[in-house]
Amino acid sequence: MSALRLTLRAAPAQRVDCAPLTPAALGGKSAAEIGALLLAAGGPPVRVDDLFTIEGTPGDTLVLAGATARLDGIGTALNGGTIEVDGDAGDYLGRGMATGTIRVSGSVGTFAGSGMTGGELRVRGHAGDFLGAPLPGEHRGIRGGLVLVEGNAGERAGDRMRRGTLLIKGNTGALLASRMVAGTIAVGGTVGPGAGTGMRRGTLLLPALPAGLPATFNDCGTFPLSFLTLLARAWRGLPAPFGDLPERGLRVRRLMGDLAAEGKGEILIRA
Amino acid sequence: MIANGVLIDDEFAEAFPMKATRVIITAQNLQWAYNAAHAATGFATSVIACGCEAGVERELAPEETPDGRPGVAILLFAMSGKELGKQIERRIGQCVLTSPTSAAFAGIDGGEPVALGKNLRFFGDGFQQSKFIGGKRYWRVPVMDGEFLVEETTGIVPAVGGGNFLVLAESQPQALAACEAAIVAMKRVPNVIMPFPGGVVRSGSKVGSKYKALSASTNDAFCPTIRGITRSQLSAEVGSVMEIVIDGLTADDVSAATRAGLDAVIRLGAAAGVRRISAGNYGGKLGKYHFRLREILAS
Repeated sequence: MSALRLTLRAAPAQRVDCAPLTPAALGGKSAAEIGALLLAAGGPPVRVDDLFTIEGTPGDTLVLAGATARLDGIGTALNGGTIEVDGDAGDYLGRGMATGTIRVSGSVGTFAGSGMTGGELRVRGHAGDFLGAPLPGEHRGIRGGLVLVEGNAGERAGDRMRRGTLLIKGNTGALLASRMVAGTIAVGGTVGPGAGTGMRRGTLLLPALPAGLPATFNDCGTFPLSFLTLLARAWRGLPAPFGDLPERGLRVRRLMGDLAAEGKGEILIRA
Repeated sequence: MIANGVLIDDEFAEAFPMKATRVIITAQNLQWAYNAAHAATGFATSVIACGCEAGVERELAPEETPDGRPGVAILLFAMSGKELGKQIERRIGQCVLTSPTSAAFAGIDGGEPVALGKNLRFFGDGFQQSKFIGGKRYWRVPVMDGEFLVEETTGIVPAVGGGNFLVLAESQPQALAACEAAIVAMKRVPNVIMPFPGGVVRSGSKVGSKYKALSASTNDAFCPTIRGITRSQLSAEVGSVMEIVIDGLTADDVSAATRAGLDAVIRLGAAAGVRRISAGNYGGKLGKYHFRLREILAS
């Protein structure tokens, strides 16, 4: 499998929109053609070869080495292939991606996975606010695919989420799953106040009852729910605590809300 | 052709194209999976009046089922995808949804998708929830014992229905014992069901009747008690005839099941009172698939 490696020469002074850099968009291009591409930046547009050294051949995999949080829009509308980010990524990572994989070794900015409809986005570090959330004015957040954050996530992760899976191994900020419409969010750590505010449907799987839960969630009791076996099997191979979710014998306390919205959302607390 | 003292007629079974699906039913234990499966495949011996032909294909260990519980695979066959869809909905809705601790999953992923839980979800009266896991949609319908988990669709595939053979024995107990042995062997073959009670049918039919209202009637040529007054195909020593009907997902599956059944009957042989093995057909003009007994035994 061929790979193209773009190594950042120096941290850019301005934010740079890296949306044009996807395996599909660069496929078949020579190093000179790739180098001549212009990327929108805070100042005048910049040439790719002014920012990066270019090695390898364009193919299924694109490696962005030495990346920093000023590189926005990495993997925008990704539709196949893999992007490996060695370092941090800026805002709008994987925005609107449909298929393919993005892996980030560091942390990412705001709106990662926003508008995503499929594929897999994995972040070894932390994610900023609005993970999988819609941009202002949009009606729907993430609509498919898998997002795995091994660190913490900021506020309003999963806002208006419609479908897909959001797994956050660490802690989350306030208003997790706000206005959530459907899909599944699981968190390994603690959850900030206001989780599930405006939640209509969907599932929030948590290790403990979060503080500051809206009063509009009602307790339905503790049960073994058989769909959790399907989830556990689908998550095999992922890092703990998701990959080791027990297939049998898992009991969860089920709270349903937000009764101020449609009220069919569920917060499942592992018993 | 004579095998172990049993005459094998130079006949063929005439079978028809059908549509089929498999549904996996799980429950807290195998007993309750069977309770649901038996209800769902009840009154499904013949498409003539039952709408579909159905039966239990095999037991499934917990490792083989989507939700890790003991289960049973059932196969359902009908003459059209539309009728099969109707039957699936009725049978899963009335017999599996209602059965304590049960869940239902697609047993065939390919083929044309047809509703399994897609419409049954409305029983949830708005409290049902969907989950999209591993590329498949499931419905969680709240019921009084917890949740009924059901996959949204199952796949319909082309299939073969109406494979058969007839066991002609000296007495009724001997015919039944031979058929029972055949069914034990045939149940080990995957992708097939023998839809009649216990897998055996004693009322083989012919096309037509003296009564205008009936399109089929008793196969008098194989009825021993009227042998003297009809154009009987039975010799004097044959006292009882029973038939095994086979539905399978492919012609090869029906052949394999037929072979397994024939072998079991032949093993008993003339010493057990089995005199002859024949097969039912309509002259070869109606059915697309012909299963020749001697060719199957020679294969």
